[in-house]
Amino acid sequence: MNGKEWLMDQQNNKKPFFYNFAYLDENTKKEIRRKILKAVAIPGYQVPFASREMPIGRGWGTGGLQLTLSIIGCADTLKVIDQGSDDSVNAINIKKFIQKVCDIPITNDTKEATVIQTRHRIPEERLEKNQILVFQVPIPEILKIIEPSDQVTKRMHAEADYSGIWLYLYEDIIHFNEISIGAGYPVMVNHRYIMDPSPIPRFDIPKMNHNRSLLLFGAGREKRIYAIPPFTDVEPIEFEDFKFRTEDFSGKKCSKCNATDVYLDEIIDDESGARSYQCSDTSYCEKRCQL
Amino acid sequence: MAYVAVKGGQKAIQNSINLMEYNRKKGSSVLLETEQIKDQLFFLIDRIMCEGSLYAPDLAAVAIKQTCGDILEASFVLRAYRATKSRVGYSIAHKTDKMRVIRRISASFKEVPGGQILGASLDYTLRLLDYDLVKEDDFDREAMLGQLFPDLNGADYPDIFPKIVDLLKKEKLIEIKPLDHFQQEQEPFDITRESIQFPASRSAVLQTMARGETGGMLLLAYSNMRGFGMVHPVIGELRVGYLPVEIEHPYEKSIYRVGEIKVTEAEIISATFSSEPSSIPKFSLGYGLCFGHNETKAISMAVLDRAMQTSQPKSASEDQEFVLSHIDGIESVGFCNHYKLPHYVSFQSALDRVRFAQDKKKKESPE
Repeated sequence: MNGKEWLMDQQNNKKPFFYNFAYLDENTKKEIRRKILKAVAIPGYQVPFASREMPIGRGWGTGGLQLTLSIIGCADTLKVIDQGSDDSVNAINIKKFIQKVCDIPITNDTKEATVIQTRHRIPEERLEKNQILVFQVPIPEILKIIEPSDQVTKRMHAEADYSGIWLYLYEDIIHFNEISIGAGYPVMVNHRYIMDPSPIPRFDIPKMNHNRSLLLFGAGREKRIYAIPPFTDVEPIEFEDFKFRTEDFSGKKCSKCNATDVYLDEIIDDESGARSYQCSDTSYCEKRCQL
Repeated sequence: MAYVAVKGGQKAIQNSINLMEYNRKKGSSVLLETEQIKDQLFFLIDRIMCEGSLYAPDLAAVAIKQTCGDILEASFVLRAYRATKSRVGYSIAHKTDKMRVIRRISASFKEVPGGQILGASLDYTLRLLDYDLVKEDDFDREAMLGQLFPDLNGADYPDIFPKIVDLLKKEKLIEIKPLDHFQQEQEPFDITRESIQFPASRSAVLQTMARGETGGMLLLAYSNMRGFGMVHPVIGELRVGYLPVEIEHPYEKSIYRVGEIKVTEAEIISATFSSEPSSIPKFSLGYGLCFGHNETKAISMAVLDRAMQTSQPKSASEDQEFVLSHIDGIESVGFCNHYKLPHYVSFQSALDRVRFAQDKKKKESPE
């Protein structure tokens, strides 16, 4: 449905909904699309944008939501996941809102979706060229680990001065014989910018390298957009003699679908305290169960 | 029960929303009318308009009702509504000496041109809980209103109050800093249309503070006053009143008055003694202005404005990036509450790191 039809439909409706198609006004969408283009042109670089207040809480996915709403059209099919799940409170709230303002089809199936908005996971199934993955980002600046001021980190990125973050990893290894960063592991994008991949597990980091789909990142509260275009080199930062390593699930499998090559959630039984594991990607798990 | 993995989460969410609405309506008292909120809870209205950054008393009243009086949520509702409106233009910048003043005090001089006008204030009330308010009726109200101010004479009330600060400026006691290249602006920076960058321009600084959260700004300003900073403020002038809003016709270029807004304005004066031999000791100014009647916020804003006028911050309240990045109520509240969302994927990732590191440690030093 284009804007005109949206309007017609609104007028025929007895209780019209007083917002534009996809909520944002057209000027705002235009601005965000321009910033997306800039972000795609400079992979991994954080582009400032005038983030709007959205009717969901700041820090609850307003950046991702603004990206989704500015790129979505009537021909799209949307999937929204939170921590891998299609049914979490936040994913449901976001879907409910998007349906209210543009009424497009929603799916749980990763393969069917053209736009996938995600909080902190990359789906297990391979993404394709016709798909866009939109990440919700809480804190876009990875260098905040070592320097809190944006004014300073901006200069560090400009000068590609990443000695601080390397030193941080080195000191971790000296102190703990292990790198302490769990989720949101720093990645080098296109051999130029060190980037925060959003708090996805390290398990998902290798999926970013030469991904076939466009990856967009939106931080609403911090007012930044960044992107990884398809088939871009994305490498976790690591030392020659201390390699990056993903979460270890060896010997464990999903108690529902028996998958072993997926990211697992640890479930603690209420009574016995016993541990079992389940797929974090719920729709993938369901698909496997139906086979 | 995990509220993420649950199937049928949609129903649970709807029930939670319904229960909230039920709680608002379940009492046996009369439902609040927005007119009542506007008439009797005007400080609340003012604060919501200020932090929501939209001057709209009627909408603010609805927001307060809708959120059952949660100040931060009500401001948020108003701000989100504001964000859907496109910008049509700017009003004309005015000096505030044309303000229709309803309160005006100076702490720096005993006698000031135009006089000290106390207006309405809670400052001078005794903070004794008033049991009479438990049961008030219209009869008492009429009786009270009838006998107030029997000898009221408005004739000697001036139209324009000269600014106290202008008097000091004439005597060259106040430092007027030339604008540096960040501050020279053809058109004001609009923080709703561009993301603020640091060092921020003058207009961006004032806009950010004007919509800042009162409590947060008070905290930072208070820390400065207590000694984590250098500002020893004297209130040069504090005004509450109505300012005209005027716009220029896009073609005729003539000026139209479209309404007026109630604002609070604070100008604080602080002495500056520099150790540099060439510098002359002077006073410098801090400026605060916000929607509605909110003196605490206007004074806090003025103190912070003065505090941030240094290129070498020594405390949090002097650091422009620190202050401006943390005073927005809508942003801080949203982020604080987002921690209620499930974080189990990242927690699993952290668990893996800690367990792995513990195992390594055990292997290194077996007991």
